[in-house]
Amino acid sequence: MSIDTYIDEITAATRNRPDYLLQNLYEIQYQYSYVSDQAIKLLAEKLALSESFIVGVIGFYSFLHTTPRGRFDILISDSITDHMLGSRGLLDTLCNKLGVALGQPRADGRVTVDTTSCTGMCEQGPAMLVNGWTVTRLDQNRIEQIVELIEADTAVEEWPQEFLTVDDNIQRRDILLSDNSNAGDALKALIEQGDEAILQQIESSGLRGRGGAGFRTGMKWRFCKQADADQHYVVCNADEGEPGTFKDRVLLNSYADKVFEGMTLCAGIIGATKGYVYLRAEYRYLRAPLEQVLRKRRETGLLGTDILGKQGFNFDIEIHMGAGAYICGEESSLIESLEGKRGIPRIRPPFPVTHGYLNKPTVVNNVETFMAAALIAVHGANWFGSVGTEESSGTKLLSISGDCERPGIYEYPFGASMQHILQDCGATDAQAVQVAGAAGATLPAAEFNRCIAFEDVATGGSFMVFNQHRDMLDMVRNFAHFFVHESCGFCTPCRVGCSLMKDLVDKVYTGHAGQYDLDEMHKIGELMLKSSHCGLGTTAPNPMLDTLNKFPQIYNERLKHSSYEPSFDLDAALQDARDITGRDDAGAHIGTES
Amino acid sequence: MAEKLKVATASLCGCFGCHMSILDIDERILDLVQVAEFDRSPITDIKTIGDCDIGIIEGGVANAENVEVLLEFRKHCKILIAMGACAINGGIPAMRNSFTLKECLEEAYVDGVGVDNPMIPQDKEIPMLLNKVHPIHEVVKVDHFLPGCPPSGDTIWTFLTELIEGKPIRFPYEQIHYD
Amino acid sequence: MSTSKTFKLDGKTISFNDGDTIMDAALRAGEYIPHLCHNPEFTPHGSCRVCIVDVNGRQVSACTQPAMAGSEVDNASDNIMRQRRELLQMLFVEGNHICPACEKSGACQLQAVAYYTNMLSPHFTHFFPRRTVDASHPDTAIDFDRCILCELCVRASRDVDHKNVFAIDGRGINSHLVVNSPTGKLGDSSFAASDKAAHVCPVGAILPKHTGYDKPIGDRLYDRQPVSIVGDVAAHEQEQEH
Repeated sequence: MSIDTYIDEITAATRNRPDYLLQNLYEIQYQYSYVSDQAIKLLAEKLALSESFIVGVIGFYSFLHTTPRGRFDILISDSITDHMLGSRGLLDTLCNKLGVALGQPRADGRVTVDTTSCTGMCEQGPAMLVNGWTVTRLDQNRIEQIVELIEADTAVEEWPQEFLTVDDNIQRRDILLSDNSNAGDALKALIEQGDEAILQQIESSGLRGRGGAGFRTGMKWRFCKQADADQHYVVCNADEGEPGTFKDRVLLNSYADKVFEGMTLCAGIIGATKGYVYLRAEYRYLRAPLEQVLRKRRETGLLGTDILGKQGFNFDIEIHMGAGAYICGEESSLIESLEGKRGIPRIRPPFPVTHGYLNKPTVVNNVETFMAAALIAVHGANWFGSVGTEESSGTKLLSISGDCERPGIYEYPFGASMQHILQDCGATDAQAVQVAGAAGATLPAAEFNRCIAFEDVATGGSFMVFNQHRDMLDMVRNFAHFFVHESCGFCTPCRVGCSLMKDLVDKVYTGHAGQYDLDEMHKIGELMLKSSHCGLGTTAPNPMLDTLNKFPQIYNERLKHSSYEPSFDLDAALQDARDITGRDDAGAHIGTES
Repeated sequence: MAEKLKVATASLCGCFGCHMSILDIDERILDLVQVAEFDRSPITDIKTIGDCDIGIIEGGVANAENVEVLLEFRKHCKILIAMGACAINGGIPAMRNSFTLKECLEEAYVDGVGVDNPMIPQDKEIPMLLNKVHPIHEVVKVDHFLPGCPPSGDTIWTFLTELIEGKPIRFPYEQIHYD
Repeated sequence: MSTSKTFKLDGKTISFNDGDTIMDAALRAGEYIPHLCHNPEFTPHGSCRVCIVDVNGRQVSACTQPAMAGSEVDNASDNIMRQRRELLQMLFVEGNHICPACEKSGACQLQAVAYYTNMLSPHFTHFFPRRTVDASHPDTAIDFDRCILCELCVRASRDVDHKNVFAIDGRGINSHLVVNSPTGKLGDSSFAASDKAAHVCPVGAILPKHTGYDKPIGDRLYDRQPVSIVGDVAAHEQEQEH
């Protein structure tokens, strides 16, 4: 098929809507391994967009490219938990055996190898993506086999099934994961009791957003319901990008019906007829099974028109793919991305509940929130409020990874202490827990008596354990680099601050820093925290600020005695001149100690 | 009478324009020498630096010799001042940072118009160039910055008098500019 | 105008209308809040963050924050001025701002706001990015070294000129301005010197050709009076031309 015909087809399937640009680009990327100039030109014509706008969208998303990638496009997950499982060594092996340089297509065009932000396989890593498909549990042996498969040009679909298997690894179930209600139960309750009664149940249950911010779900739905507009939208945030989080992956894999039920319930209450699941590109493998669940729900009258026979209860759900951008987990960025644009966080107010997707009132909730809402409709607010704390009712799913015997998914009533959780997962010599991901909090052992709760340690679900042998600066460094990669670049403090921070962390790491540099990190962190446009910028300095405060020794033990050190390696800065002139005399060097 | 303050000055990768501007304080230099005496400086032609109260650096850091002089100044001066655009952000010489060192040298000594006997100099007497030109605060701690290309004689005078009198240094609006 | 709706800006009472941001109300009252990406002719952007103010203990960008009756807005404390200075220092080290070599010097808003906040040095470590100059257009040049990503040209070309000549490509620290043309060069785009987009750049990134140094250094917009009195460079575009 010619590219003209292909683009005709995919744009026709999305009715030439410019807000489907990102979806079109995603398809083109995986069809051709890149989006060519010609493809950009054709898309610009079809969607009535400027070419530079399209180029800008491609440039924003890590998984989209304007130059060809290898036919096998490999991305090794580069999160700290992957590192702890040896991913960096495996990456080197892979590059060596395939004869490729990082990020460069091999001369024959067969393969590229690069790194990517956390792929959400932390408890079964190291992991990688091949053409978007997830491969877990990498080790030397598996890497060698993968090299053979690539050299033999074996399509990923034909790779051994165990390579592509993703396990749920549910270790502890509480009220959500042990629920055995049936598909449609929540919607029946809605039809029987009426939307006001169910909304009141959700309000009185105290359910708060499970993405981490903890906004009251009932209140959000109420605001959206009250916003006057010809259309309302329901959006499920399945852009689970926070490093160390993988619980939405499991819910979408094994509890999708309940998640969709929650979305449909919300639609019934706020008066929406259309919903979207924004699924991160890293979970490409989940798309087909989710489509299957959606089909089944349509067949059984749980989606579509006159749902469960109720006249005028119309709602359907579409899956939109992300394309590699952590920022799109922020709800207004996610909406921008849903509209096919660069995922830049919007100015707020107005908030999505009044001006969301296509400027219409929109509820954006986390996967887990929708599931919890559905079950509250079935079992009632009291059932939900019977566990948890006063301010944080219900349970929280934790994605536990790192140094413990039993990593996986743990569902705890809010109020569970770190101590208790660490014991359950078999973490016997933890020196620290990183809760809520790269943007979260670093807790030393002295704080293991603290609890998972909105009023204590809030989390979207990430829970990474570091044992006594780990160098916590490795974690800090990983996160500092992560934020440089994921900052959207819109506002000054985050765009520039993340890079300055990363350079300072690297300076400490390589033993070139003095006390002044630590003071600078405090200062830059403070500025980012206070002046950034969105939550990414305000939380990006957390790992540095937290560890400077709680783990000062990881910095101090690497400091030079003098307080002020050059920002660059003086002698290394002469290397170009040495190479050009061939000089290596005393004058061609700068002594490091004066 | 109290002992005079010792002042040293140097031009690294600059054009000496800032030093010219020091001379632009004109007859006020007579007041200055009442309270200060010059140590190492192009003004005195003293080549080595002794312990000083104030060190004034013009120019950015472009080569190994600049680094050496700057480190010496930092070691010997209680207060170090970056004077002028080049010391503060690299200035005009830092425009070479848009190119690799190789490109710069080839343009100057190999491919440039009118080059005879093209060859990149390798003489050991010539200070080795850094791959980039840096402002001085990227090498040593700097206590005060005096912007301008060059800072005017008035700016320098305001600065020196307030510094010497131990006052907080405040410039009138028109005395601060980056060009 | 309702007089019942007021807030305090550094202790002064400022009236505002429904829908006003803090910036809108302050500008109308003749109060200066430092800013770069804001231009009252365009919808607020909130990206440079230089207009941060403290409202009842929370820091917000004045150009995007709706004015709130009874609030206390701090626009001048040492703390706010220091943060603005640090944000400006970040902008200075991110690009290549070699003022002595820039034709915009003296009439550059980045410079002027930096003077206003008493910035004496860029303080941080310079990035010295490798960027290019696009001189392909007969009337206008772009020096990308100086772009601060305020997106005023993007907004002007999109919303006023309806040409979409400019867009932002890349992400994070790699974000950069691009030109919509087959070659990516301004000369091959539909850009014209009469476009609104040619007259909104607060820095020396988008510069008219053939007029270099018509006005000598020393006589320029911000050479004798601060931006708080003179106002935005874009507001003086007409007089600069003539």
